[in-house]
Formats: sequence, C-alpha cells, structure tokens
Amino acid sequence: MKHEPNGQAAGAPQAGDALLEVDGLSTYFDTVEGTVRSVDGVSYRVRAGRTLGVVGESGCGKSVTALSILRLVPTPPGRYAAGEIRYRGVNLLSLTEKQMRKIRGNRISMIFQEPMTSLNPVLTVGRQIAETVMLHQKLGRREAYARAEEMLGLVQIAEPARRVHEYPHQLSGGMRQRVMIALALACNPEVLIADEPTTALDVTIQAQIIDLLRRLQAQMGMGIVMITHDLGVVAECCDRVVVMYAGRKVEEAPVAELFDRPLHPYTRALMASMPSMNAGRARLAEIPGMVPAPSELGRGCSFAPRCAYATGRCRAEAPPLEAHGADHVAACFEVERVAREPRPAAASPSRGPLRAAFDGTLA
Amino acid sequence: MSVSDSRAPRQDAQAPLLEVRDLKKHYPAARGLFRRAQRVIQAVDGVSFSVARGETLALVGESGCGKTTTGKAVLRLIQPTSGSVRLDGEELLDLPPERMREYRRHMQIIFQDPYASLNPRMTAGEIVGEPLRNFPAAGGRPRQQELAWLFSKVGLRPEAMRKYPHEFSGGQRQRLGIARALALRPRLIVCDEPVSALDVSVQAQVINLLMDLQQEMGIAYLFVAHDLAVVRHISHRVAVMYLGRIVEVADRDTLFSRPLHPYTEILLSAAPVPDPHRPAQRKLLPGDPPSPANPPSGCRFHTRCPLAQPVCRERQPALTERPGGPGATPGTQWVACHFR
Repeated sequence: MKHEPNGQAAGAPQAGDALLEVDGLSTYFDTVEGTVRSVDGVSYRVRAGRTLGVVGESGCGKSVTALSILRLVPTPPGRYAAGEIRYRGVNLLSLTEKQMRKIRGNRISMIFQEPMTSLNPVLTVGRQIAETVMLHQKLGRREAYARAEEMLGLVQIAEPARRVHEYPHQLSGGMRQRVMIALALACNPEVLIADEPTTALDVTIQAQIIDLLRRLQAQMGMGIVMITHDLGVVAECCDRVVVMYAGRKVEEAPVAELFDRPLHPYTRALMASMPSMNAGRARLAEIPGMVPAPSELGRGCSFAPRCAYATGRCRAEAPPLEAHGADHVAACFEVERVAREPRPAAASPSRGPLRAAFDGTLA
Repeated sequence: MSVSDSRAPRQDAQAPLLEVRDLKKHYPAARGLFRRAQRVIQAVDGVSFSVARGETLALVGESGCGKTTTGKAVLRLIQPTSGSVRLDGEELLDLPPERMREYRRHMQIIFQDPYASLNPRMTAGEIVGEPLRNFPAAGGRPRQQELAWLFSKVGLRPEAMRKYPHEFSGGQRQRLGIARALALRPRLIVCDEPVSALDVSVQAQVINLLMDLQQEMGIAYLFVAHDLAVVRHISHRVAVMYLGRIVEVADRDTLFSRPLHPYTEILLSAAPVPDPHRPAQRKLLPGDPPSPANPPSGCRFHTRCPLAQPVCRERQPALTERPGGPGATPGTQWVACHFR
C-alpha cells in the first residue's frame, strides 16, 4: 500500500476486529413541545474491513446516531441521554472537546450526502485536504500538498496535479463526492461513516463511488458505516445490516440472512414497497400512514399503527430485541407469524449483449 | 379497483395524443469576460417521440441530459427553439398565447418538490380549486362538490381543504399537487420526478395512486425520472436520453430485457439490485458526462462508449427501428447507434 499511516495508534486492527461500539445510545432533543427521542437505545458494532449498513426512512434516527458518534449533535437542544460510544475502549461521550477533535476527521471521519455544502467554496480542494493532514498528522506544507495530490489520485480523479488547485465549483457532482472521500480518508481513519453518500448522484456515478469505496476499503482496511435508505446499495456493499424505525433498532442480521429471512414487519414492508423488489407485481405494497413524528410516539411498538400484524399487545408494550437464530435479532412479538409469509423478491436484472465487449474495455 | 398486471402498450388505432418532432431547446451560454465567441448550450437537440392516450412514456437519463427541459418545452413552460409539438393533431408551438391558454387545461404538470410548488399562503382547498377558478366550465359540478371529489380521489380527507401546505407531510403534499393537476381532467400530465423526494414507503403510495388514476381516467403520463426501478414499474414505454438526444426508445419489457444502446445497457446495469446473492455485474462508465455546451461530434456518447469506432466521431447515428424477436410487434424498439 502506498501510504502508510502516520501516527497510527499502535496495533493495527485486523479485519473483523471490533473498532467502534455504540452501546445503548439515546440522543434526545429538548424542544418547547417536549423531549424528542430521536435515538432511543441503539446499539451496533463497527468492525475493521467490514461495512455495516444502517437502513431506514427519514426521521428514523440513522443520521443522528452517526452524528452522535462524532459528537456533532448540537447540545443544547440535543443531549446524550444514555449509553456509551466506545472507540478502542474509550467512551467518546466522556471525552473533552479538545480530545474529541483529535479523533474527528483523523481516526473516525464522515462523508455527507451533499458534497457541495460540506466543502469550503473559497478554498481549493488541495488546500482543504492539506489542512486536514497538517493539523492531524503534523505534516509540513509541501508534504501535505503532496499527500493531497496523492489522495486525489487514489480516488481516481484524473489529472490530480491540476485538480489540487481547483475550487469545488469547478468540479462535477461525482468529482466533489470523490474529493469528500479523499478528504475523509486523508488521515487514514479506522472508521468511515458514510451518510447517504450516493443519494444525490446519478446511477452511473453512484456505481463509480460504491466501487471506489469498496476498493479503498480492501486497500486501507477501514470499517465503514453506510447509512442509506436504498436496499439495493445495502445488498451491494454491506456485510451486515441494522434496520431502524422511529429511533430504535428493529432488526439486525448479516446481509444475506436479512434478505433471505426478513423478520420484522417493517423490514418486510420496506422491501415490498420498493419497485425494484416487486418482480412482476402490478401494485406496490404500501405501508399505510406515515412515519410517526418522534413527539407522538406511544408506549407500544412504534410501528404498530402501520403494521399488518399488530395485536393489542403490540399497542400496549414495546417489544424487546430478541435473538431469532444464531446471528439475527428482531424486535417484534409476532415474528413467527411474519416468518411464515413469503418474502419479497428482487426483480431480475437487465441483461444486454454487451458483456464481452465491456469486460475488456472497462475493466 | 383492480389494475391489470401487464403494462403492455395499448394498441390504439387512433393517432397519438402527443406527437413531438425534432424538438430543440438551445440556450445561449454566458459570455466570458472578454466576449469570447458566444456558445450555445444544446439542452435538447432534436428529440422526437409520441405518447398515446392513456399511455405512460418515461423519459429517463442522468442530470443534464435534457429530460426535464423536454417535459417543460412540451408544455411551453419553456419556449422551444424549434420543432413541433402536437396535441390531438393541433400544433402548439404556433398557437398565440390566448389559444395556448385554452390548451393548457388538457396538459398539466406535477413537480418533484411538492412543497416548493404549493403557495404557502393558500389553503389546500384554494390550491386545488385554483384551476377550476381559471377555467370555470371545467367540472360541471358546483366547485365545492368538485373539490370534495378531487380530495377523495387522491386519498385526502375533505377536512384537509382548510389546512395550509406546511401542515401536510411530503407524501400528502404530492397528493395535493396531483389533485390540482387532475382538477381540469387533463389528457396529459407531465410528471417531473414526482416521487424522487419521497421516502420509499410513501413513494409506493404515490406510484399506486398515479397508476390507479390513469386506469380510471385514461390520462397519459410523460414521466420524467432517473429512478429506473420506478420507471420499470410505471411505464408502458421508455425513452432514454443522453446529452440532449434520445438514444433508445422501446416498450418497457423490451428495454429492460434487451437494451441495445450501449448507454442504456450501462445505465441499467448501474442500478443496484437488492439481492445480496447476485454478484454485481456492473459495467462502470468511465469519467463524467461531457458538457452540453461543447458536446462531442457525431454520436454524443462516443467519448465514453466501449464500442466506439472512428465513424462514431464523424456521423451522428439516426434513431432507427430494430427488428424484434419472433412475434414482436413492429415499432417496439428504436435505437441510435451505428453498431446496434
């Protein structure tokens, strides 16, 4: 590998080692209308060289969980009400802001959905990358710019020596997202949090970015948290999946297990409502109603009002997460009934006659 | 109400509802500081297609391919540079403004961002009722009754009429936009990315609603979208655009099972498949799309095409019909490629 990390903490983790542990995290917001439980007792583990998918719709708490890991939730109105976030055995929630700054962007970094709003428009992209490595890795100016150029090459930006001196507005959307990735990876972090990194991009560019992330992970071995609403992206690049609904984790399993045997009614409904998982069906399965506002959550299961399987018990008490099989948890009282129904299946992919021609040219 | 399973194209003996021929929209590019030669951005450059009554034609392609411009130019919300747009045989581009206004009742539009397209100071009832005020003869029923009918059609309660747009969720706002578009019983609705701002579960509700309404009222949709899974679900026929031109048009099943244009094939293979057991068989498209201000010569895709030969640089391939498999209906697949 070309760049050996500078100042890497001793004992590089092996693929599969747990790097980061979110344990019972609750992030609440105090508003005039009362406390909003955006994240409510969520736990997951990020492993080196692996990708954890976090799936859910807007307002499910997937992004707030990620922002909590980096301690980027504005406090107040936000507060970390319970739980721990352990990175290498240290609870990040107990660190001072100064200590946290050494971790953020250095050991744990993040890429966002909108690359244009997260890049500084008045600085060249090279300077933005160079500043990061000068700050965290104590490199000199010249070395830092060399690293910036190297990073741009690594994320497959053509002519990095020229692009280093360009401003974000001179780049296309796909290139900006690649610059964001270069910036996030410049200090060789152990954990990369990607919050809907391809949602704003066209499909062919999305394919390039996913391919790039996968390749960089194989090279650099970071653990990735992939936050997305797209089950197609999950199927393609995640090893494990956490499904969130209304601030809670409702299901977690390895990716193949989740698609083969989805157990929570919400996971199933989400799959059934995706056009790409409705092979030959005339009507999409709808999830009636809408995601409840965090302020209007009752005592029972938060999905109960929209759930086809809900019983009186579901409306009265919240189901705990329980193991169903060796490596599969779900929070639902009616798992057995759900599991008997056939699962939604993906539509067959399109096949063109080009395959052979492409394999040679575009490898 | 049941929706038939097959979205096979309607075999309508009648003339098409909408016929677009060689539509162009060119914008002058901003001049530089020293008045360099003025360039032209060819946002839409010679696009032809037709839409039958009750049919959904999808226009797909990536940002900047001209699909939205095409949709708006058809409605003359953007004045096209040249070409022909006929609705029921009447040439729209020659119509004086007063006559055009009459034709607008037959053609409506639904926008991507439902919030931005609803006046925040008007109640839902006023928003949906506005077209009825502008074209009083439309409904035939008293306006209140007509409004109640429209609200029930799109699945909103009549009490919702008194609410303001900010009191609705994203999906409900899109329902309001649909109710407003339906008010004049149009023959054609241009849907400009109508579901791409919505959450997956809400997206399904709106897609089902659009399909039900088409079934019931026989409306044709020109469905502008980038999400191929949605397009595959809702369309009868699909036109694929690249840099201002249509590169392939085919009926839905033909296009998705046997794409012929290299760009179509790459586009389809790029969409992630939600099946972890199926290894991604993806062809990556190298680089970024060229600028429409300076499009490549000949076939506009030749700079990124794996099949490109010298002829592609020199001659623009015409959109021509391809023979289908045995038993295929004539005219099901048209492709603009020298080698396909």
